[in-house]
Amino acid sequence: MNGERHTLAAEPHHTLLEVLREEMGLTGTKHGCELGECGACTVLVDGAPILSCLTLPIEIGDREVTTVEGLAKGPDLDPLQIAFAEEAAAQCGYCTPGMLLAAKALLERTPLPSREQIEHAISGNLCRCTGYTAIYEAIEKAAKRA
Amino acid sequence: MSELSVVGRRTPKVNVWGHLTGTVRYADDIALPRMLYGRLLRSTQTHARIRRIDTSRALAHPGVVAVCTGADMPEKMGIMPSTQDETALAVGKVRYVGEPVAAVAAVDEDTAYEALALIDVEYEPLEPILTIEDALAREDVRVHEDSGRPANVFKEVHLEFGDVDGGFAQAVHVEDGWYFFEGNTHAPLETHASVASCDGDGKLTLWTSTQVPHYLHRELEKVLGLARSRIRVIATPNGGAFGGKSDPFAHEFAACWLSMRTKRPVKFTLDREEVFYAHRGRHPVLMRLRCGVRKDGELTAVHFQSYLDGGAYASYGIATTYYTGALMTVTYRLPAYKFDGVRVYTNKPPCGPKRGHGTTQPRYAFECHLDKIAERLGLDPIAYRQRILQPPNSRTVNGLRITSMGLGECLEQVKRATRFSERHGRLPRGKGVGAAGSAYISGAGLPIYWNEMPHSGAAVKIDRGGGVTVYCGTAEIGQGSDHVLATVTAEQLGVLPEDVHVVSGDTSLAPVDLGSYSSRVTFMAGNAVREAAGRLRALVASAAAEKLGVPADRIALALGRVYDLADPAKAMSFAEAAVLAEAANGTLVAVGSYTPPKGIGGDFKGAGVGPTPAYSYQAAVAEVSVDLDTGVVTVDRITSAHDCGRALNPPSVEGQIEGSAYMGYGEAIGEEQVFRGGLHKKPSLLDYKLPTSLDTPEMRAIVVESIDAEGPFGAKEAGEGPLNPIIPAIANAVYDAIGVRFDETPITPAKVLDALSRNRARVGPDGLASLKDPKAALRRLQAAR
Repeated sequence: MNGERHTLAAEPHHTLLEVLREEMGLTGTKHGCELGECGACTVLVDGAPILSCLTLPIEIGDREVTTVEGLAKGPDLDPLQIAFAEEAAAQCGYCTPGMLLAAKALLERTPLPSREQIEHAISGNLCRCTGYTAIYEAIEKAAKRA
Repeated sequence: MSELSVVGRRTPKVNVWGHLTGTVRYADDIALPRMLYGRLLRSTQTHARIRRIDTSRALAHPGVVAVCTGADMPEKMGIMPSTQDETALAVGKVRYVGEPVAAVAAVDEDTAYEALALIDVEYEPLEPILTIEDALAREDVRVHEDSGRPANVFKEVHLEFGDVDGGFAQAVHVEDGWYFFEGNTHAPLETHASVASCDGDGKLTLWTSTQVPHYLHRELEKVLGLARSRIRVIATPNGGAFGGKSDPFAHEFAACWLSMRTKRPVKFTLDREEVFYAHRGRHPVLMRLRCGVRKDGELTAVHFQSYLDGGAYASYGIATTYYTGALMTVTYRLPAYKFDGVRVYTNKPPCGPKRGHGTTQPRYAFECHLDKIAERLGLDPIAYRQRILQPPNSRTVNGLRITSMGLGECLEQVKRATRFSERHGRLPRGKGVGAAGSAYISGAGLPIYWNEMPHSGAAVKIDRGGGVTVYCGTAEIGQGSDHVLATVTAEQLGVLPEDVHVVSGDTSLAPVDLGSYSSRVTFMAGNAVREAAGRLRALVASAAAEKLGVPADRIALALGRVYDLADPAKAMSFAEAAVLAEAANGTLVAVGSYTPPKGIGGDFKGAGVGPTPAYSYQAAVAEVSVDLDTGVVTVDRITSAHDCGRALNPPSVEGQIEGSAYMGYGEAIGEEQVFRGGLHKKPSLLDYKLPTSLDTPEMRAIVVESIDAEGPFGAKEAGEGPLNPIIPAIANAVYDAIGVRFDETPITPAKVLDALSRNRARVGPDGLASLKDPKAALRRLQAAR
């Protein structure tokens, strides 16, 4: 979990989202719809974005989970975080953790994505505030800087 | 005025870093020791009497700590003092599926869910009222027996200004048509959440996702019977709101009541389905619009009628009703105007304010109507609008004061950016461009409860290290209000926005601001903060002037320096100047406040809705492609220009323009809060589709600055107005593409295909389905009483 090893017991029917938020205090991961529709609960498992509201912790096993709290490396923010601030890509900020992680996964496999690739990569993450334009611009800016 | 140092610069929002690192605390992120988890039991009935509620089995369930029902909080409440028709939990009757009936607090969420199934409610079903027509006609079935009005009428408004009959008599043409705007909902990504904690001394703190901490504070006092001096409301950062978090809600009262009884913190977090029942979203409105025009297109008279489906309770409905009529006059010259509005009760979740509150629906009708008039007169739709503009610094026929007015410039900008005039009416079948203009308020001229106090208050403090803190009761809902407070403070004191701490939304710490609704914060809180920080600026400048030996009026404050304008080498740091100022004056705290000027509206019953210190203006052009085989409308691009007075932070204004275009696009092409009988058809994000990145049109935002004389540094609103032109612009573009007028929303593929296959020139209502003459029906109802 964000580079640390954790062993924990949880109710078998509780989702990864609930366990992250309520057992581990990782409240940066958000609840939005309970159905896997909004993407606010997106986390990375071995670098791939998954919906933590549709995942049971037992499925994780020994795999590496990254939440928004693990995006910065120590005091150094990820280029995506800086670009999101500069481009005003976060308004209410509720979709932002999931959006950042979806973008992180994209840039890991496609360092210089096209606008269309960005649109596809975040199409499972709803944003109700920005209209997405500022988010595209932030991801493009981070990609160029990396 | 010296040059601006931070206003107008592209600065990251001061509160953005918590959003990016996961450290910001929304209400649901709060966890306190011994906290209990609350859940609401909701009505399964559309309209029913509650014969009996038995909570004993739930209370006996292991892990359940407390239960409450409507009988525990019977006091009437509601956001508007004159129309309080709600209780925290249902008393005696339920009026829609999903209405809160009882609440439980348990040791964990699973137990709370289990307890809901153990509450026995016996209902006596009543016939439901589900349509505007039934609501008007059915004297025998009442959603509210004690409304004091005929049938299910909640509010009726009739206003007339100027010589309406004379105006129509002068007209060479009267454009007459019906429109229907379907209801829809805000769907903020954050579901509503609250945590209440009652301490040993009996003082209560409520952390809650709300836009209106001050109004909620008042309602908590009334319903809980606890003095406001013992209640602290903290509006947590909201994960979006858009009007949906501006009423007092059942879960807020239940959290408080259960915490007061158990002396333990209690948290409620609504699930997504519950948010669709909490609603307070866009009213479905049926409208009739008649416009008299001269040969040259000049409007001679307008008669507008609106029928609002209000759902089960008042919410802001009295204001919504007036708003459907009030702002029709502020965009184009209008010598005579008549408005009839009726809002009815139905057995559906209550409607309320959604971004554009009550003005979005009539603006859609009006701008589609102008498109028809322009076509009839053979005029370019944008040039036509520019010809009939309401002038700046004028009065409208209904008494509204217009000051700065950038609609003409907005129209010009979108026309040029899209080459509108060269393309309109000239694109191949299936492709179209459409335009619309609109306006909105920078805050309501009157508060929700009558009082003579300021609408916004602020305090600014400078500490001995040069640190600055601003305190203001505004609610951060993602619109960037904290950054507005920081930017205005920083500009006045010559520091950077990131050097300003913001304390907002806290009824104990911050002076009252009426809340984040009606796009009032930038203008009103901005002016309050500007005054407070300006007073400190004078003290700092004077202390520095004395030390530097130059006249105080030559002192400038910028970017952390205090210096002599004539000789910038004569300078000191802001922190040094602050120490001198505190030594000379004592503790550096100053307050400021803002009250809208008097005399900005008319003098008649109902004149309270519509006035504002400054109107914002917008124009948009939509470019669409209509697939003639599938009926799918693709909006290729939206170009939207907004007169915000001055952009305090341009990225924030652009973000509001783009976000508004996004939301308007969703309303135009698909979002709808609709029912099968009394059951919500799509109470989930699986069924209620929000546009994704793949759906959303390309957007171009254009900022127009008219520099308002009364706004803080010239600023006006940006949060709501830019939604208003989007929907009619899309409808007009669809007409340009396929020659079908969409006089109802949303414009779905099924409707498009149906129109194309049956060669229909128009999709829309022809009046009230069952009432040929609705006004006569109302008169009969009144006479019968």
